[in-house]
Amino acid sequence: MNTALSWIKAYVPELECTDQEYTDAMTLTGTKVEGFERLDKNLKDIYVGKILSIEKHPDADKLIVCQVDLGDKQLQIVTGAPNVKVGDKVPVVIDGGKVAGGHDGGPLPEDGIEIKNGKLRGVESFGMMCSIEELGSDRNFYPEAPEYGIYIFPEDTPVGADAIEVLGLHDTVFEYEITSNRVDCYSVLGIAREAAATFKKPFVPPVVNVKGNGEDVNNYVSIEIEDKDLCPRYCGRVVKNIKFGPSPEWMQRRLAKSGIRPINNLVDITNYVMEEYGQPMHAFDLSTIHGGKIIVKRAEDGARFVTLDGQERTLDKDILMINDAEGPVAIAGIMGGENSMITENVTTVLFESAAFNGANIRKSAKRLGLRTDASGKFEKGVDPRNALDAINRACALVEELGCGEVVDGVVDAKAPLKELRTIPFEPERINAMLGTDVSVDEMMTIFDRLELKYDKETNLLTIPSFRQDLEGFCDIAEEVARFYGYDKIPVTLPAGGNAGGLSYKLRIEQKCRDIAEYCGFSQGMTYSFESPKVFDKLLLAADATERNAITISNPLGEDFSIMRTLPLNGMLTSLSTNFNRRNKNVRLYELANIYIPKELPLVDYPDERMQLTFGFYGDGDFFTMKGVVETLLSGLGAKKREEYDPASGKPFLHPGRQANIIYDGEVIGYLGEVHPAVCDNYDIKTRVYVAVLDMPKILPVTSYDRKFEGIAKFPAVTRDISMVVPRTVLAGQIEKILSQRGGKILEKFELFDIYEGEQIDKDHKSMAYALSFRDKTKTLQDEDVNAAMKKIMNGLESLGIELRK
Amino acid sequence: MQEQLNEIKAKALSLISAGDTPEKLNEIKVSILGKKGELTAIMKSLKDVAPEERPKVGQMINDARAEIEKNLEEATARLQAQLRDAKLKAEVIDVTLPSKKPVIGHRHPNSIALEEVERIFIGLGYEVCEGPEIEKDYYNFEALNIPADHPAKDEQDTFYINADMLLRTQTSSTQIHAMENDKPPIRILAPGRVFRADEVDATHSPSFHQIEGLVVDKNITFADLKGTLAEFAKELFGEDTKVKFRPHHFPFTEPSAEMDVSCFKCGGKGCRFCKGSGWIEILGCGMVHPRVLEKCDIDPKEYTGFAFGVGLERIALLKYEIDDMRLLYENDVRFLNQF
Repeated sequence: MNTALSWIKAYVPELECTDQEYTDAMTLTGTKVEGFERLDKNLKDIYVGKILSIEKHPDADKLIVCQVDLGDKQLQIVTGAPNVKVGDKVPVVIDGGKVAGGHDGGPLPEDGIEIKNGKLRGVESFGMMCSIEELGSDRNFYPEAPEYGIYIFPEDTPVGADAIEVLGLHDTVFEYEITSNRVDCYSVLGIAREAAATFKKPFVPPVVNVKGNGEDVNNYVSIEIEDKDLCPRYCGRVVKNIKFGPSPEWMQRRLAKSGIRPINNLVDITNYVMEEYGQPMHAFDLSTIHGGKIIVKRAEDGARFVTLDGQERTLDKDILMINDAEGPVAIAGIMGGENSMITENVTTVLFESAAFNGANIRKSAKRLGLRTDASGKFEKGVDPRNALDAINRACALVEELGCGEVVDGVVDAKAPLKELRTIPFEPERINAMLGTDVSVDEMMTIFDRLELKYDKETNLLTIPSFRQDLEGFCDIAEEVARFYGYDKIPVTLPAGGNAGGLSYKLRIEQKCRDIAEYCGFSQGMTYSFESPKVFDKLLLAADATERNAITISNPLGEDFSIMRTLPLNGMLTSLSTNFNRRNKNVRLYELANIYIPKELPLVDYPDERMQLTFGFYGDGDFFTMKGVVETLLSGLGAKKREEYDPASGKPFLHPGRQANIIYDGEVIGYLGEVHPAVCDNYDIKTRVYVAVLDMPKILPVTSYDRKFEGIAKFPAVTRDISMVVPRTVLAGQIEKILSQRGGKILEKFELFDIYEGEQIDKDHKSMAYALSFRDKTKTLQDEDVNAAMKKIMNGLESLGIELRK
Repeated sequence: MQEQLNEIKAKALSLISAGDTPEKLNEIKVSILGKKGELTAIMKSLKDVAPEERPKVGQMINDARAEIEKNLEEATARLQAQLRDAKLKAEVIDVTLPSKKPVIGHRHPNSIALEEVERIFIGLGYEVCEGPEIEKDYYNFEALNIPADHPAKDEQDTFYINADMLLRTQTSSTQIHAMENDKPPIRILAPGRVFRADEVDATHSPSFHQIEGLVVDKNITFADLKGTLAEFAKELFGEDTKVKFRPHHFPFTEPSAEMDVSCFKCGGKGCRFCKGSGWIEILGCGMVHPRVLEKCDIDPKEYTGFAFGVGLERIALLKYEIDDMRLLYENDVRFLNQF
């Protein structure tokens, strides 16, 4: 909402403040000023001059030399403007003055343009005559200005007067951010009321008086509302003998500063009232209204209607229409019909000022793809009581402007108006909630300025109809707070309270981040929604369960249409971005949810599973990633040794280089090298390794519990075993036997050699482990170790393993 | 004998001073003080000295021995020091050669900012918790005093799954879960992902993060809200940070406010960063609307509360002077490595 301060001051005549003071004060009482523009910012020393004589320039065909009377002095000015003649009164900027822009109407320079005396083709010029563009505006807002050339004032403009003043440019346009609850502030009167309360000055709204022509409006038109749920009030008034012409300067200026182009007196009046009262109005050519009858009712499904922009629209039964005796003449609150629109031949006009259901207008406008200034106002919800005030104001302006003859009376069709709301006055509770000590007197002063009436008998505050946002106690508290001053409310901390902290899950996630980063992985973040094409990119089978994803019904596009069921797309996309930007050795991790529906379509919360995903390319291999997984799990306090099952069956991973990560018999995640076909799909031309850990499975095995086990006092006994192992036997199987059969004294074991090749037949491989035995309580004897070794050897033999000779 | 002794001593001392390797010094030690050394030999001959002379002579021998030993030790130490000096000289390195850094990953700026915020509120006694990202309409809107026809539902451009389920548009939904699951006193901080149908550009993302705060107890006041958030701003942006509360509107709080902080770049004088105003808008807040409390079976006559919501990306972008939101979701390591 943009409004000139001069318009606000028209209703708060005692308001005096600088632009900055106004900005700060209004913002602090809740009418946020987004910015302001002083219209005379770059205008200086510009006066009304009268052209006394015009001579041709001796050396230039396109220039003329003018003698200009400025009242106190006479100046010679050279100009190239084609439109001036002797006797014209024009804006003249004198030596040292400033104008806002060039005559071409291009973008305005930040600091304006300074004007100096000078010579044009050898003839002295002591200033410049200005076009409207040079004054920082244009013909949209000053329609009387010539298309090309100097602005010319009306004949009665006093010579020597301040031209900036005459043009109404000593003014500032403020832009407000109005919150959605303050419908009343989408109007000049609403903001003026707030300004009056803010600056503690009287609010003086316009006095509305319609004389009328003595005829009865009921002889011209009747109005009937069939669907009162969508239209609680519809007021109509009739204006005869329309005389078109330009609206007066003051009205044009105010509209122009609000960004509305002046058109003619009739259009300007409806626009003016919309700005001033926040009430959209519509005007019909009464001669086109069949039967002089207005019927407000829902449209028929599939009906077609041509709006005044010439477009044919398809209607439905939830769109409210204004009809005459024969059919629709306007889409209520959105746009009039071509069949009833005002033309230059109109003689009698029917003004409409109505209240429509905001939500209905909003939805209808959306369905029709037709948002107008009017629908924008209606959808916020207008005050039915305001409709009558607004139409009367419009008619008073018609009379004031001599735009036509107003017929007496208003046709006022309506549902019973809601009674004004009342709210109990609870001063102690207000102070208790605010933490303040505002006196009842001070509260009363605030209510008075806001037009809230207090009744001592009932202890009730009566809320004016334009304040639909005031519904209960807390709203009253806010009114007190904002006019008492948010800044004056004290600053305290809540009493009591316990020690705060992270939930256990969040603590573990923080630990995961620490460990991941310690392992060289940087944290990435990717979107939760992605394209269904992801499943194909990851080579998932047509019936893969991962394809059962939750779909967004109104996504930004197919690429953001499903909630991810596995985290790899984000990771691979990020790695691809890095790879294609030639970043080397990239290691990323992400902690984010996947969304597993319990059923589709979704009726209840899905399973949101936090996934810790690692991915890297560059230095390292499968076992590097395996090391990261193990470092993570032991860092999180997992006590047992993890196992790996190569039968993990992930289609997006290398078939021979993948494994499920198993802890205590349960799959807690997987890792592997990404399938080269998937790398191709993501345009990564190197090997990529990933690991995915399912945090809900990890969480139960984590622990902050640590117990010191002492530092070994007795020596360890080491034995190396060198074996010939069938190729199909996995290291994991051997290690399982070592752990199970080594007994308590087997402290640790380590694979130190593995060999496949010429020295050994092709069905076998050679593997060598170093075993370390230790007893915590005594020095181990050979026989103890031998017994353990024997058990181990027996176990290994069962796998077809032989000691290497 | 004394002469002999002096001779040995003089010889020893001159040998020691000439000894330029540890080996030579050791040879000297052996030849003089060793089992077959010269001084040892004299000591052995002490028995030939008249008994009354023995203590005196013995003392002389011991003195000589002590002096030689002392000289030897000093010479050894000196020599070792020289050797060490020589070694150190030979080991001079160019300390300006490049370092060998351990490869450590970097935390996402969002996480760094979030942990900062969490640290502050944990210090003020807040429990950090979470809520679901796919949410029911009731928790995202209705329970927050945003009924079916409320314009705010359109304003927020919600992603819907179906009529009842949606992607939460605000972490405020966790307020309701918190009040349903726990009775007052409640003091929680709930960070998380939220979603709005905004096209991606330098300042918008369809997926971003908010941090919700909620306090409900007896006698919680607007003054408490101001105090808490002023404390937060100082902790986050520096001790000199000033705050300004402006009236605003949210359906689920009343009175409501937006909080601005004095620009931490120019200190409030006005600069490009704060668009000349000296202030930066940082969060929305207010007193929990009685209707919201009622929906959660909390009596608004007995309890009051305040709530606030901060945009995490906004904090991260401001604090780390990141000029394009898209950088946060690209995961280019050249970006991440700067944090």
